[in-house]
Amino acid sequence: MGNFPTAVKHCLSYEQLIKDYPWLRRWLQEEKIKYPEFVKIVEVGPRDGLQNEKEVVPTRVKIQLIDMLSGTGLSVIEATSFVSSKWVPQMSDHSDVLRGIQRAPHVQYPVLTPNMQGFQEAVAAGATEVAVFGSASETFSRKNINCSIDESMLKFEEVVKAAKERQIPVRGYVSCALGCPYEGRIESAKVAEVARRLYEIGCYEISLADTIGVGTPGSMLKMLQRVMQDVPVSALAVHCHDTYGQALANILTALQMGVSVVDSAVAGLGGCPYAEGSSGNVSTEDVVYMLRGMGIETGVNLDKVMEAGDFICSALNRETNSKVSLARNRKL
Amino acid sequence: MAAVVRLLNRGVLSSAMGQHYLALSTAAKVQASGLKAGHALPEKVKIVEVGPRDGLQNEKSIVPTEAKIHLIDMLSESGLQVIEATSFVSPKWVPQMADQVEVMKGIQRKPGVTYPVLTPNLKGFQAAVKAGASEVAIFGAASELFSKKNINCSVDESLQRFDEVMKAAKEAAVPVRGYVSCVVGCPYEGKVAPEKVAHVAKRLYAMGCYEISLGDTIGVGTPGSMVDMLEAVTREVPVSALAVHCHDTYGQALANILVALQMGISVVDSSVAGLGGCPYAQGASGNVATEDVVYMLHGLGIQTGVELSKLMDAGAFICRTLNRKSSSKVAQATCKL
Repeated sequence: MGNFPTAVKHCLSYEQLIKDYPWLRRWLQEEKIKYPEFVKIVEVGPRDGLQNEKEVVPTRVKIQLIDMLSGTGLSVIEATSFVSSKWVPQMSDHSDVLRGIQRAPHVQYPVLTPNMQGFQEAVAAGATEVAVFGSASETFSRKNINCSIDESMLKFEEVVKAAKERQIPVRGYVSCALGCPYEGRIESAKVAEVARRLYEIGCYEISLADTIGVGTPGSMLKMLQRVMQDVPVSALAVHCHDTYGQALANILTALQMGVSVVDSAVAGLGGCPYAEGSSGNVSTEDVVYMLRGMGIETGVNLDKVMEAGDFICSALNRETNSKVSLARNRKL
Repeated sequence: MAAVVRLLNRGVLSSAMGQHYLALSTAAKVQASGLKAGHALPEKVKIVEVGPRDGLQNEKSIVPTEAKIHLIDMLSESGLQVIEATSFVSPKWVPQMADQVEVMKGIQRKPGVTYPVLTPNLKGFQAAVKAGASEVAIFGAASELFSKKNINCSVDESLQRFDEVMKAAKEAAVPVRGYVSCVVGCPYEGKVAPEKVAHVAKRLYAMGCYEISLGDTIGVGTPGSMVDMLEAVTREVPVSALAVHCHDTYGQALANILVALQMGISVVDSSVAGLGGCPYAQGASGNVATEDVVYMLHGLGIQTGVELSKLMDAGAFICRTLNRKSSSKVAQATCKL
């Protein structure tokens, strides 16, 4: 910009203008961050939450928890998991739970189905939506489900094919999306590849999970930018763990990127199996509190969720992980 | 495709002038095409460590003077630039801070680090200066009821009282930091009008405070109320003179800090190990933990100058002394395989 007078150069510098007149950003509507008007909350407490709790919870307690959650306005409640009971004893009563719950109209009750056997049992027990779990980390895949990512995709393809025949929607999870307890950093490109594969085989929604909670708004942003090149944002969800306290900030970042589906667990059930004594899932109460404060609709009644949280915590004889619940309970 | 989505999401500027400037500036192009959610975050954030004062003040057990001094010395070694050391209030009101003079005299001041102290009135200011304080802080509230209940006078009356302190501080060339409490909610009044916060912040700034820390005293704020409040305040006080002091009582602190950064704030108050519960919700948490803030900032590529491991050592020390668990999730998480 050689021959321009300095004053003009000065005027033409956006950064300089913003420095001198900070209100300009707002005036130009540049900084108005847009958020989704509605966020769908996927409640994973009864499955992901309880699965990671030490105490085995009686079947009737699980059923009561799910029934209470069905009355809160939540539209998706992950009910149980059709994995082998020898691996996950907490979920050994999967068929009884699925048969025992009172299904509310307009509420979905997806269940985990790692393979064809699990899928068939789930269908026999009345499942109308299922979920499959992929990993962005080879080591995690091998250690967790005893096969490589490619091998797991083959299994999932079978499940999705069978599910399609019965018109059963399938949700896909990608674990270790922001870090792996074995491999450490995970490349966003790998997350995108696994997400894309799940989407292509027919999963209607892909939940990107920060399995060990190490993500920050920085890594969340980068990962989503890359994944969104391959999967439409309307088909994405985030499943943030609060192990390092970053969950709400990460969820906020995801919302700013256009994600409008958030997984959470009532009372923040479920510790982190890789960091003993640490927290795991972000708590539904805290997420709903934040979204409500931002004017984002969820359809969820916070007080009723807290009641369900109080119930399960007293059944588990433990304190809630939800700061909102804690504050409301302890108010002077 | 994602780029198109982003452009659409940005609600492309209605102002032709805006588009013109954007077109001319390559840096803005990068901004527009890249990190929408990364939204011009500051490169550096100054952390104001309030653990030894705000933190300990709200802890039940009285901490021995040597432990307070050791904590501050450990914090001084972690890279923090500002460590609020103590409070020159009357010991009859705040027994935890009764050893204010010994603490000030006992700490090893690291060059480049400031150690502000609270001074609620002229008497406190004089005692602080005598004990060697080189920076002080004063407190105003954005809620009338809170002011009356807390210090028994109206907001305007409290600001008048500080006039004396400001005058004396000017004469002694001692910088003064101003705090505004209840910026997004009051335990008595409920919702607090953003304009009221802006009014108090403006008064403190006009009186001569170099920095105004906006405190979410009961932690009820969310990114929604935080943005509304900051929009009102930044109309009256330059953003470079503002700080946020978020409490994590409802788990919202880090999300609130993130939106504050996106609005240009680059000073964040926090407390090592998340020391200090909430006096209005017994057993609930209070201050946001410095470790968790630093973890987030470093993850965003923002420089703080703080070494997280040394900070965690200081947190571990004070928690052992207080015989309590850390409120920092980063401190609690140790990935064992």
